[in-house]
Order: sequence, then structure tokens, then C-alpha cells
Amino acid sequence: MGSLLFQLFALLTVTAAVGVVANRNAVNAAMCLLLCLVGVAGLFVQLDAYLLAFLLLLVYAGAIVALFLFIIMLLDVPGRSAWNLRKLPTLAGLVAFALLLAGLGSLVARGQLRAPNPNATEGVGAALKPYAYQLFTTYLLPVQVMGFLLLVAMLGVIVLSRKVDGPEDAK
Amino acid sequence: MTATLNGYILLSALLFAIGFLGVLVRRNTLVIFMCLELMLVASTLALVAFSRFNGTQDGNTFVFFILTVAAAEVAVGLALIVALFRSRRTVQVDELNALKH
Repeated sequence: MGSLLFQLFALLTVTAAVGVVANRNAVNAAMCLLLCLVGVAGLFVQLDAYLLAFLLLLVYAGAIVALFLFIIMLLDVPGRSAWNLRKLPTLAGLVAFALLLAGLGSLVARGQLRAPNPNATEGVGAALKPYAYQLFTTYLLPVQVMGFLLLVAMLGVIVLSRKVDGPEDAK
Repeated sequence: MTATLNGYILLSALLFAIGFLGVLVRRNTLVIFMCLELMLVASTLALVAFSRFNGTQDGNTFVFFILTVAAAEVAVGLALIVALFRSRRTVQVDELNALKH
């Protein structure tokens, strides 16, 4: 049962990811990204990380993909932009993809991933208490740094999106 | 649960590789950015899988930080793209060659 669901969500995720790369239209690519995130959230649920699945949908699908769509609409990029793939960069990209895949695949296939049986260990990610405990003890400093990072990012976005009176805008 | 750790890690590696291919091959800045997000999600999948199969909590907690960094990165990156579009009127990386030569 678990294996069937895993295969189903894995297929959905990989298909949608290929769709993100292969789609000519940026809006369709964003929709494929949304589908891919739903698949990953389903995998998270199977890994007993319910909170993370919820957060992934909330933050990624709710905020990030919506932001992407908003910017695509704002920039009004011509609908079906051509592939205009140049030969050499595409070939190099495909070779790099194949090399990365072969390396990671051999690592996964031959690596000694002797994990304990998941049925023997209880899913610690299922409860909320471990998250809160770790975030307020072991990872307290990173949480503070993240808060500072968000503040800096917010300031950066405000500065970047200001109207600048540069030489290019003065015409 | 019969899905193995190897399966999850292989899927994560495959997702990462697909995102990598997109970053290398695509010419639209927005799509390149989406593929970067795909690579980040792939890494979170590996973290959660390791965390579940080893019965530890640290991987799950790390996903929080990855989500936060991804959100900040998207905000700043899209602001940069909009600023770039304002001055150059294009989002295609082929035409953004001011630093060439």
C-alpha cells in the first residue's frame, strides 16, 4: 500500500518537474511547479511529516508560486517564447545532467544506506512538540539569524523596487 | 511502509538533476528561478526521508530553515528580475549580455 502510494506520488512529482523544464509557457511552468510541490507534500505525508507537508503547501504553493505568477503577469512576457536553444550550451547542459544523474545514481545504488526499519522507529516528525523543542533549544541561534535574514531581505526588496532615477530611466 | 530510503533518495536526486538541467538549458530568467526552487525542494525531500528513516528530528527542523531561505531568496530574486526588466526590457538571459567582453 505504502509502496503504491509512493510510486504514484513519485511519478506525479517527476512528471511535473519535467513539465517545469519542458514547458515553453512560463505560466504553464509555474502550474507544473505547483503540481510538483503537491507531489512532494504527499511524499512528506507518507514520511509522517504532516506539519512540513502543510507548511510546504502554505509557503511554496500559497506564497512563492503565487508570487511567480504575479511577476509573470506583471512583466507580460510574450506568451509562447520560443525555445531558441543554442546547440552547444544545450549539449553541455545535457551532458552535465547525465553526469550528475549517473554520479548520484551510482551513489544511491551502491551506497551503504542501511537505515533501520522505519516501522521500528516511531515517526518523530508526526508530533509538533519535537519541532518546538528543537527550535527553542538547539536551533535558537539559527532561528534568530533567519529572522534577521528575513528583515534584510525585506529591506532589500523595498530598496530594489524603488523607482530609481538612473541614466536609463531618465529618458 | 514499504518504500525504502533508497527510493526516496533516488527520487530526490532525480528531482535535483531535473532542476539542474532546467537551470542550464532554459533561457527565461523566471523559469531558471523556478528550477532553482525545484532543486531546493529536492534537498528538503532528502532531509525529511533521512530524518524519518533514522528516527531523528534534526532533518525535519532543517526544512524550516530551508523554507525560510527559499522564501527570502524568491522575494529578492523576483525584485531583481523586475528591476532588470525595468531597465533592459527583457528577461531572456541571452539578451542580458552587458557584462560580456
